[in-house]
This record gives sequence, structure tokens and C-alpha cells, in this order.
Amino acid sequence: MKILRYATMLIFVLASIRVLTGVSNLTSAGTASAALLLSIPIVLAALGGLFSERAGVVNIGLEGMMIMGAWAGGFIGAKHGPWLGLMAALIFGSVGALVHAVATVGFGVDHVVSGVAINIIAAGLARYLSTILYQGGSWPGPSQSPDVDAISLNGLPVLSGGHYFGWKSPDLLGSLAQNNWFFISDFASVLRGLTGDLSYVTMVAIAFVPLAFFILWRTTFGLRLRSAGEAPIAAESLGVNVYAMKYAGVLISGGLAGLGGGFLAIVAANHYQENQVSGRGYIGLAALIFGNYRPGGLLAGAGLFGFADALQLRDSSAIRALILFVVLILIFTAFKGFKSGNQIKALVSLVSAAFSLWIFFTVEELPGQLVTMTPYIATILVMALASQRLRMPAADGVPYRRGGMR
Amino acid sequence: MKVSPIKIALRLAAPLAAAIFAIIVSSIAVLATKKSPVQAFSTMWEFGTQAGSLMEVVNTATPYYIAAIAIAVTFRAGLFNIGVEGQLRLGALFSCYLGAMFVLPPVLHVLAVFIVAMVFGGLWASIAAYLKVRRGVNEVISTIMLNSLAGGLSAYLLSKRFAVVEEGSNNLQTKELPASAHVPDLMPLLRTIGIQDQPGGGVYGMFFVAVALGLIFWFVINRTRFGFELRATGLNPLAARFSGVNSKTMTVSALVISGAIAGLSGLPEVLGQTHSYNLGFRAGIGFTAIAVALLGRNSAGGMAVSALLFGFLEVSSRALELIDIAPETYVIMQGSILLSSVIAYEVVRRFELTLQSKELAKVVAI
Repeated sequence: MKILRYATMLIFVLASIRVLTGVSNLTSAGTASAALLLSIPIVLAALGGLFSERAGVVNIGLEGMMIMGAWAGGFIGAKHGPWLGLMAALIFGSVGALVHAVATVGFGVDHVVSGVAINIIAAGLARYLSTILYQGGSWPGPSQSPDVDAISLNGLPVLSGGHYFGWKSPDLLGSLAQNNWFFISDFASVLRGLTGDLSYVTMVAIAFVPLAFFILWRTTFGLRLRSAGEAPIAAESLGVNVYAMKYAGVLISGGLAGLGGGFLAIVAANHYQENQVSGRGYIGLAALIFGNYRPGGLLAGAGLFGFADALQLRDSSAIRALILFVVLILIFTAFKGFKSGNQIKALVSLVSAAFSLWIFFTVEELPGQLVTMTPYIATILVMALASQRLRMPAADGVPYRRGGMR
Repeated sequence: MKVSPIKIALRLAAPLAAAIFAIIVSSIAVLATKKSPVQAFSTMWEFGTQAGSLMEVVNTATPYYIAAIAIAVTFRAGLFNIGVEGQLRLGALFSCYLGAMFVLPPVLHVLAVFIVAMVFGGLWASIAAYLKVRRGVNEVISTIMLNSLAGGLSAYLLSKRFAVVEEGSNNLQTKELPASAHVPDLMPLLRTIGIQDQPGGGVYGMFFVAVALGLIFWFVINRTRFGFELRATGLNPLAARFSGVNSKTMTVSALVISGAIAGLSGLPEVLGQTHSYNLGFRAGIGFTAIAVALLGRNSAGGMAVSALLFGFLEVSSRALELIDIAPETYVIMQGSILLSSVIAYEVVRRFELTLQSKELAKVVAI
């Protein structure tokens, strides 16, 4: 259980920093729950990317598909209820994906070009449709949708105070978290945040991660889909319908991304708003790459981004405390550098650690505009640290023609 | 190369098919609101071809064109710089802030401002170049993240460090540039060739910079060794490497040059009209320019046409409000033109390849 060990270490370090700096939000249940809420759209987008890229189609259009999903979720959800809104989000995302699939698989257009075109079109289409629908509308403005009804929340029984069939269960983790014992309470409150007061949609979305693993690595369909992304010509020679696999991958991809957009509009907020997606499709792609094109890895990447985003939204002083975390990582890499004989790398890490520490002690409070940059900085840093040991599907992004014609 | 009538017909077929498809799609969009597409198109054409509107078209197209050249430099090298938006924002911000600090003779001052913009645009892009070459980070992802960072950074710098407080105004802006850093309007020049003044008219002087950049781009890409190596890296990285091209140097120079040009693309409005960087700085140039570069197929002439087309659609669609149609229709037009032309070019390319192999088969058979 490598993940469990890492998670324990991470919470231990965060708990230590919490004690040192007194920033209680680092491990509070509220932060954990907000981090989860902010991670889900990115997880869904990244899962979408997983299906498409494993089938060999680069999908930069995730952003556009999320926009279409968010738009449909907001407007159709407001009219017909949140569940139908989510269905509509899924369908609209798939429609965007169908365009991408026809362009890239059917016509062999460059994948990045088609994806960017879809992003531009989706943003324009959403704006156009919102403007038209607003004429004579009663909601605040043409850049948003009317409000959508909320989907109810629930938690785990016994542990996190869920309610089942009229029975209100005890809240074990919640009461543990209130005790303020070092590490144990931190652990409990993070778990409480992750398992309590969840939207049903969140639960379904989390369940998609193991499901995606099962489909892609334990079924015939998954094997065929991945073979289309690794060696399409060989797959074709063995009787796999590569075109069909690529279409399937891209369509599933669009459905998941659309659902991620719908989640933004219906669960994370209560209406569609222009620029609601604001790059989450791209960040999903980054999480996917960081996670080495695997479900567990992308979950970690999305979680990291969600955590950074939740911290900067809830408590800007926590970002300052996070600098200590960076110092620890830098000291760790310096130590590893000395051990492996790479003196220059180690020295650079040490100097940066000292510099970060100096910032921590001299800067009293980070200005708000810089705090909002945290998740993006985290993404870049993580990519810079992780990119070299990654392997993408061998034929990812290569236009494929049956019979090897270009 | 032999020029056959079929080839010429094919060349024309792609843009024609794309245009027809785009007209159909945007007609459907207009019809969906129960309005007449014919009336919409004729209103746009009437308004868009007035002299005053045409000047505005040129002004809208100028930054698109410069930014599209920046993107095309990376496309030609097989890379993709989505970060133009961030690079041009930082370039414009720093050139306004630093440019207002000193006074130089007129032309020199403008040149100094250009250099500042290019340096900051290039520096910002060099982060992506470093990450790509040394850490293996995909430049598409890193430049998108850098866009968000540039947004946050410029908002912080403007509000906390660079802004001067104007009495009776709550628009944050940098100190106004001295007159020597203004790029004069082209109206006096146009008057000498018999063009009348228009209400609200005027053409930014940076228009000439855009034209010059287009010519330089064409020359460097098609007529120099550097341009050849750049294209070789883009077309076949492996072959380029084996013939002695240093791919890392190519990556870094393509991204940094692209960033430097991107830095310039924020300047036409700033130096020609507002003379300071403020909160109302036009957003989205860098993204529209991607579409312009794709539509223009990364060639100097093609991008000029597509920049003007996009500018025309944007400006002329304002008249749609008069006949009660959402002006946002132009976004649908731009999007459908982009997608259909990308597909049409690919289909034509395929068809040409099939023709070639048939010709080859004939030759070989004899």
C-alpha cells in the first residue's frame, strides 16, 4: 500500500507544519472537503483524457468539452432538475467529442489543432447560446444561467455522520477531529472532510477511478482500446477495429469531461457562469500526464491541484505556511543529491531551500493576486519534477490510417 | 513543379468548401433565432465595408496578425506556444511601466519600448523553453499554466506596484507614456492619398510594424538557413537531428523568438491609443491569434488574410444589434470557418497524395 504510506507521511508533515505555524486550516475538515470538491472536475477531465490518450488521440479539446458540459448542466439543469442537467452535460460533452473524433480519426487532422479549434468553438457557442437564451430572462445576466436545485449530501455511516432511511448515524471522525491531538486529530479531520457531507455525484465520480482502471486493464475492450494507442497497425492486423476503438475512447472522453463541466455548474456552484471552467480541462490534462497516464496517478495529480486551490480560496495565510512544505521538499532533494553524488543539484536545492525560508520569515502576508496563482505554480513545479520518468502511449497523437496510408 | 489545372482547382476547393460550410452553419445559427440570414449577411457587409469600419478592421487585425506570427514560429518548428496571451500581457505591462520612466528622442523611445516588450515576452516564454528542454515538460501544458500565472502576476504588479492614482477615476493604470513613446496615427498619411476623415476613425501606426514583421517572417522562414532548420525540425525531427540540427537549440530559439514577437502584439492599442496599461487591457488576443494562425496555415500571406477576415467579422457583426440579432454570431462564424477549413485542407492534402501515387504508379508501370 504505497499510496497509504505516502498519505500518512503527507498528513504527518502537514500536521507538523500546522503545529509550527498555527495555521489550523492546513489539515481542517473544511479544507479537505473543499479540496475534494475542487478536485472532482479535474479528476473527471483527467479520466476523460485517459480514455482518449490511451486510444492514441491527444485531447486538448477537454477544455471545450467541459465548457459545453457546464453550459448544458447549468441551463438544462435549471429547467429540468440537476440529474437531467448532469445527463445533458454528459451528452453535450460527447457531442463536442464527436466533432473531435470525426476530425482526428475520420479526417486525420492534427490532434492539437482540432482540439484547440474545439476549445475556441465551444467557448463561442456557449456565449452565443447564453446571450440568445437571456433575451427576456429573469436571472442576473447574459453570462450565466438560472439557478439549479442542489443535489443532497450524505456521509459514511458511523464514521462521518451520514443519514440513512431517517437514521442519523454518529460522527466518530468528527468527534475525534475536535480533540486537537497531534496527528491523530489531523488524520481524523482530513478523513472526515473526505468522507462526510459528500454529494452523491462526488461518490459516483470517485467510483469512476477504479472503474476506469478495471475497464482499461481488466477487460477485452480495454486491452483493444490501449492497443490502438500503443501499436495501431499491429492491433489492426490482429483484427481490432482501430477506428472504432479510437471513436469509443474519444466519445467516453467527451462524456466524462462534459460531466466534469456539469459538476462545476451543478455541484460546485449552483449555476453556469461564463469562464467557470477557466482552464480546468488543461489542468486535467496536466494531472493525467503527471499521473503517467494511469488512474491512480491522475487522482494524485488532481488531488494536489484541488488541495492547493482549496487552501488559497479558504485561507491565504495557509499558502505562506505551504512555503515551509516546499523547504522540506527541497532539503529532501538536496539530501538525495548528496547521496547520489550530484553535488551541483544538491547545492542548488539547498540554496533554494534557504531562499524559500528567507521568504517565509520576511514576508508577513502574501498579496491576494499572488495567492490565486498557487495551484498553477504547484502544477508547473510538479510537472518539472515528474516529467522525466513518464511514458505516454507509444502512438499517442499520431494520425492513423487503415493500411498505413498517410 | 508541374502546375496542372487539377492542382489549382484543388487549391481553391479547400477554402471554398470551408467558406460554404461556414456560411451554412452560421445561417442555421441565425435561423435558430427566427431571423433572416440573408438580411444578417447583407447588414454585416454594408456596415463592414464603410470606410470607418474598415479602419477599425485593420486596427483589430493588427495585433491578431503579430500574435499569429508569434504562434506560427513555433508551429513551424513542430511546437505550440499557447502562452502568447500571457507573454503579450507582460510585454505590454512592462513596456508601459519602464517606458514611462525615461524620455528619449521620438523614434528611439518607441524602439526602446519595443525592446522592453520583446525582452519580457521572450523571458516569459523562456521559462517554458527551459522546462521543455531540461525537464521534459510539454510546452502546451506549461504555457497554459504560464498564462494563468501572467494574469495573476500582472494584476498584482499593476495594483500594488505600478499603478498611479488618478483623481476621480477608479481605473488602475500605469503612468502615461511621454509623447515621444507614442506611435502616431496613420490618418495624416492617409489624407494625402485622398482618404477622408471618418468619425472615430484612425489607423494605428503599428500597422507598418505588423507588415514588416510579416515580411521578415516570410524571409527568415523561407530564405535563411535558420528558417530551413526550423522547418526541418518541425517536419521531421529525427531527420533534422541526423543532418546536424541541434534540436534543443531549435526548441529554445523558436519559443523565445515566439515570445518576443508575442510581446510586441500587445502594443498597437497601448502605443497608439491608451498610452498606458490599464485594467481594460484587451483580453483574448493570444487565443484568437491561434485560430488566425491555423486558418492562415502559418504562412505570412495566409495569416494576413485570415487576420483581416477575423477582424472584419468582429467589427461588422456589431451592426447585427440594429436588426436584433446577437452580435456574438461572429464567434460562431469564426469557429465554423476554422474547423471546416482545417478539415478541408486535410482532405485536399490526402487527395493530392492519392493523385501523386497514381501518377507514380503510371510512371513505374512503363
